Amino acid sequence: MSTEGSRAGGGAQASVDPHGGTGDRGRRRARERPEPAESYYGRPIINPPVWAERDIAGYLFAGGLAAGSSVLAAGAELTGRARLARACKLGASGALAVSLTALVHDLGRPERFLNMLRVFKPSSPMNMGSWLLAVYGPLNAAASASDVLGVAPRAGRAAAVAAALSGSGISSYTAALIADTAVPAWHEGHRELPFVFAGSAAAAGAGLGMLAAPVSECAPARTIALAGALAELGCERLLERRLGPVAETLRQGSAGRRMRRARALTAAGALGSATLARVSRTAAALSGLALLAGSAYTRFGIFAAGVASAEDPRYTVAPQRMRLESRG
Amino acid sequence: MSDDDLVGIAPGDQTAGGDEGRAGGALVDLLLGGGDPAAAAGYAQHPPRMGFFTDTSLCIGCKACEVACKEWNEVPEDGLRWAGRSHDNSGGLGADTWRHVAFIEQRVPVEGAGANFRRRAGVAPRADEDPVADEEGFRWLMASDVCKHCTHAACLDVCPTGAIFRTEFGTVVVQQDVCNGCGYCVPACPYGVLDKREGDGRIFKCTLCYDRLGAGLEPACAKACPTDSIQFGELEELRERAAGRVEQLHERGIVDARLYGHDPGDGVGGDGAFFLLLDEPEVYGLPPDPVVTTRELPAMWRNVALAASALLAGAAAAFAGARR
Repeated sequence: MSTEGSRAGGGAQASVDPHGGTGDRGRRRARERPEPAESYYGRPIINPPVWAERDIAGYLFAGGLAAGSSVLAAGAELTGRARLARACKLGASGALAVSLTALVHDLGRPERFLNMLRVFKPSSPMNMGSWLLAVYGPLNAAASASDVLGVAPRAGRAAAVAAALSGSGISSYTAALIADTAVPAWHEGHRELPFVFAGSAAAAGAGLGMLAAPVSECAPARTIALAGALAELGCERLLERRLGPVAETLRQGSAGRRMRRARALTAAGALGSATLARVSRTAAALSGLALLAGSAYTRFGIFAAGVASAEDPRYTVAPQRMRLESRG
Repeated sequence: MSDDDLVGIAPGDQTAGGDEGRAGGALVDLLLGGGDPAAAAGYAQHPPRMGFFTDTSLCIGCKACEVACKEWNEVPEDGLRWAGRSHDNSGGLGADTWRHVAFIEQRVPVEGAGANFRRRAGVAPRADEDPVADEEGFRWLMASDVCKHCTHAACLDVCPTGAIFRTEFGTVVVQQDVCNGCGYCVPACPYGVLDKREGDGRIFKCTLCYDRLGAGLEPACAKACPTDSIQFGELEELRERAAGRVEQLHERGIVDARLYGHDPGDGVGGDGAFFLLLDEPEVYGLPPDPVVTTRELPAMWRNVALAASALLAGAAAAFAGARR
């Protein structure tokens, strides 16, 4: 045991008197406690998420992709764009299958996944998401099956529209899922995250459509890709502004790398959608791929930023101290 | 301090006879800002809210609470390594540590100590003495941390299976036969209390010895604490006792003594397990201004609905505006 070592490591001397350091205690601290951040041996204050990144960040992406695809599928279905409709329905079903597998896989007790539906609990975004998936999943499967097998077209069309309505909720509820925690980079961004995620879902779904369907059917997909990408990029800017000092978790380390790639790919995809993708199938496919990758990087970047913000006690303490000081 | 008010805590008496005078108790608690989570959870008749007052000024760092908790609750061993952080060998609260004793080492000025004392007494400092260093003293802060059993508990709010529930004593407990290990409560807790048990997959935390409370016993940690640093009892009574203790310490010149988690007006509606600390909360690894994350959930749901509607409306406009 080393007193000196723990003095440095513990940071217990590093207290800043929030009230301006008057009196004996303030003088002592002004003299002896120069370091700004204070914590218990640098340990996190909250327990960081135990979610596996591949499963849960993967679900944030795949769930958004499914949602965006379903919305496109319904629009294509109702406007007679058969190939775009089928591509989006099948894409949504595939992404949904990946999502459900990832969600069940991440459980500590996967065999108990149905316990998610033993209560109906609006105070738990995960519970509401489970109910939403329980409605959306079968609708999506029915729409796909009807299309591929060529049976019950009217019921299939109704299922596609209903899947779009419920799927739109999937696109944004995942923001509440992660924001409804004590993780600083997620919780403090609870106002902007739903719009970042909805934009990201739209860009991913439209990207899939441009990748899989002919240019002639993809005019609305290109518009949605452009709008979704701009919404994703713009709202992410607002998110960073909101987060203040915590925003550096979105700029540093693996989260920072992912967010930079996300911005570059999404911007490139948006540019392609607005220009060459209107005439060239290859350009459309490349733009679609860029949008899909951009959406994935956004989700994995925001996930990593949240974990980083939870692991460093400064990001928990500093905003709370600022709040206390502003209250006086 | 007086020892009289620390002995004779008999939870059996309180749980058996505590309801009589509380016919209007629920209403009073509501008016006072929600001190009765059991009533809010739907218990028409229930014993008074029970909790812990952990007075860290009395903690000697013996870890009897950690051991008693592990023994009684059959919490598995989770590594016997020194953390390299003073005498802390359990690190922090988690699935297998429901009581955690923190050790904080600080240099503080001690007036009249060492060379300073001799100088004042007119005696020359010894040659081997560093006159500056000797003006400093060393203090050891020790504190036994535990689940706070919040009035507004984020873990309970976000639990998607209903595995986490509010007991009749106002405490928060995980039902192990229901928990599916989704892990949502882990980052939801503003104090970092809950965690997933490796190899088991489920989430574990302090139950405030729900089994012992039901049998009229006090929790194992409080029973084992040799200095009554951990005090168990009716929360109302503990709050009064704690206020008196802080006043007493302030009179003795210990001006840094402050209560933490005692205020029903704080971001979690007050803790069922609160503390007397001798420094800022973050020194002990506690958040200075914890807030239950679900306080913002209505605003989150509004924005979720808005964003979903914007997606639908935008897509509809794109399809309507596109020419074939």
